[in-house]
Amino acid sequence: MTQVIRSPKMYDVCVIGSGAGGGMAAKVLTEGGLTVALLEAGDPVNPDKDYKMFLWPYDLAHRGVGVGGRAAENFGEFLAPNGAWKIDGEPYTSAPGANFQWFRSRIVGGRTNHWGRIALRYSPIDFRSRTRDGIGEDWPIRYEDVAPYYDKVESYIGVFGSKENLSSAPDGVFLPPPKPRCTELVVKKACDRLNIPCIPARLAILTKPLNGRPSCHYCGQCDRGCGTASNFSSSQVLIPPALQTGKLTLIPHAMAREIRVGADGKASGVSYIDKTTLTEKRISARAVVLAASACESARLLLNSKSRLFPDGLANSSGQVGRNLTDSVGSDGEGYFPQMEKMPPHNHDGTGGMHLYIPWWKYARQNDFPRGYHIELGGGREMPGAGMFDDLCGEFEGYGASLKATCRKRYGTTITFSGRGEMVPNPDTLCEIDPEVVDQFGIPVLRFQFKWSEYELRQAKDMQETFRAIVEAVGGRYLTRTQTDGPYPFGIQPGGKIIHEVGTARMGADPKTSVVNGYCQSHDVKNVFVADGGPLVTNPDKNPTLTIMALSWRASEYLLDEAKKGNL
Amino acid sequence: MGESKSEAKIARSISRRDVLRNIAVGAAAGSLLQMIPAKAAELAHEMIQKEKAASPAGKYAPKFFPAHQYQTLLLLCDAILPKDEVSGGAVEAGAPEFIDLLTSENEEYQSILGGGLMWLDNFCTDRYEHPFLSCALEQQKEVLDLIAYRKNADNDATLSQGIAFFAKLRSMTCDGFYTSKIGTEDLKYIGNTALATFPGCPALPE
Repeated sequence: MTQVIRSPKMYDVCVIGSGAGGGMAAKVLTEGGLTVALLEAGDPVNPDKDYKMFLWPYDLAHRGVGVGGRAAENFGEFLAPNGAWKIDGEPYTSAPGANFQWFRSRIVGGRTNHWGRIALRYSPIDFRSRTRDGIGEDWPIRYEDVAPYYDKVESYIGVFGSKENLSSAPDGVFLPPPKPRCTELVVKKACDRLNIPCIPARLAILTKPLNGRPSCHYCGQCDRGCGTASNFSSSQVLIPPALQTGKLTLIPHAMAREIRVGADGKASGVSYIDKTTLTEKRISARAVVLAASACESARLLLNSKSRLFPDGLANSSGQVGRNLTDSVGSDGEGYFPQMEKMPPHNHDGTGGMHLYIPWWKYARQNDFPRGYHIELGGGREMPGAGMFDDLCGEFEGYGASLKATCRKRYGTTITFSGRGEMVPNPDTLCEIDPEVVDQFGIPVLRFQFKWSEYELRQAKDMQETFRAIVEAVGGRYLTRTQTDGPYPFGIQPGGKIIHEVGTARMGADPKTSVVNGYCQSHDVKNVFVADGGPLVTNPDKNPTLTIMALSWRASEYLLDEAKKGNL
Repeated sequence: MGESKSEAKIARSISRRDVLRNIAVGAAAGSLLQMIPAKAAELAHEMIQKEKAASPAGKYAPKFFPAHQYQTLLLLCDAILPKDEVSGGAVEAGAPEFIDLLTSENEEYQSILGGGLMWLDNFCTDRYEHPFLSCALEQQKEVLDLIAYRKNADNDATLSQGIAFFAKLRSMTCDGFYTSKIGTEDLKYIGNTALATFPGCPALPE
């Protein structure tokens, strides 16, 4: 690196990361009149070429499992591009026993290209959990502060759902939900018998045309990326309008390394590595919005050490990287003999479930705090590699009987995914590894992670519920879990649910939090965090919708402050 | 589907990209163009098949397994999922090609499957003085009936490696078969297409 290339241009804002939070910030800020440089560590995305909508497994030589079968562990070859648990040249480490898993997408739009589109609002109590049960922290803002932004986000991106008046799952601005699948009706029947609610899911997929985007065509392949932009992704729904303002400069292949600070203690811009030339470049900006994902933004703050900020930027509280949580995840599946009688029919629907089970035991005394929801899957899905792994795992013999058994069993399995709230604990965090750097010379993250009794008991409750639902309609519960070992009751390793948040917690007190209620750094007023970092709690609501609502709110605040000359 | 000649001609002259574009236009513009999304998936698949047919490789040349082992693999795959009154067998479905390709790229598979095929021949040579391929049909069946059942290891521990090999091969043969067109049709999967509305569940059985 012989020479640092400085851009002569001064931008109003440099946004780091183009996923849910960064895409939203770029849109709101440019539409508000500010010039924005948007840094993305990955490639540009070209939906026509990169999304594999409508392909069959046999259209690809590797039938969907990728070279050496290795794409299978990254959700298969069909997944929208550049998402992986491991990225060549960009390692992360785990403290002994932590086994944290970190899924990153190096591409414009980030993980919104392939995400599950589950778009759930936090409930009022999710912002005041400590007040309710004495555990963790309350948010400095309330549901009422965020609700108008939930309205705006849902109206803009399009979310289907139904009005249910459940206190644990507030209603939103909904498009009509699609009709339930057979498998979901079977589960609903079981739930009715058990007095468990089973209601239309809330997904960011269009069931009616919206803002020039056509309605869903029900191919069931949202995770591949949508050729018609009928589901939400930042790359197709947020970045294009931002580009249209003429005020956005999108810079791909830009790996942010450090936020630079001026003598006045304010951020003056961002240093990044241009991955295509391996040279360092600099962007000058009046404000910086970090939206690189909760852990990547924490890494960037911790790596931005200076004379003024020896422990990293915005970290006088020492809380950057702490309070990390992922969702509690435990899965199960049941065999439903009645499904064998179903005639062949199109089961695809939207990508993801049409019905789900929201948290329902909120008014009861449980042996764990907080709650979980249950996602449904299975049925007559497109056949793919691994579909008969479980069957093969117990099948004896070969030949005509194996073929007949696969035929009979196809479509008879329903899967259940419990997704619940983890409470932050002092043993779970990310920090800078003292020895390891990535291929760009940037110190990498080291994770510590521990499930507490709270989460283990929750996973146990999930398993018991799955079994009860399956057996309530004469099914056979197939999942066997251990009661001991590192992952009892099927609880997934930390990070596996890809809901990692909390690493730049918001709060009213600068001594115990990183940002204020507007996602603005307490220490450095022109630095904002607009990804999952500021989330104080990680309830059983997938975080993306809340990330976008908070990013929109923070961006409006930033616009106001810019107008007042406060940055 | 009753595709007319002129439609087939159009299909040849447009790219997959155009097809995907048309879906967006069709769904937004209303009834007249609704037929285009319904055709789109089919056209996209057709184009890929044509690209494949245009490539010079007519007969598959194994990338990993030597000829003798590949012949054994063909026999085993069709024994695991044979042709029946509903559909063709695993070989017709391309399972051996799929298995060979993945194995050529994965050391773990090389040791389980490559080593497993060697084990099979050693076992047959010890027992019948011939490798598996040269054994009589009833001898081949006798061996498969030994290694296709996990419980046989309880009586004869020397079978356990063969049983582990066969279990992996059974699972990979299923993957190869059910990711093929033949396997997909065998299961009567309906979908991977564009619909104007989702019809829901036909009628739930009791």
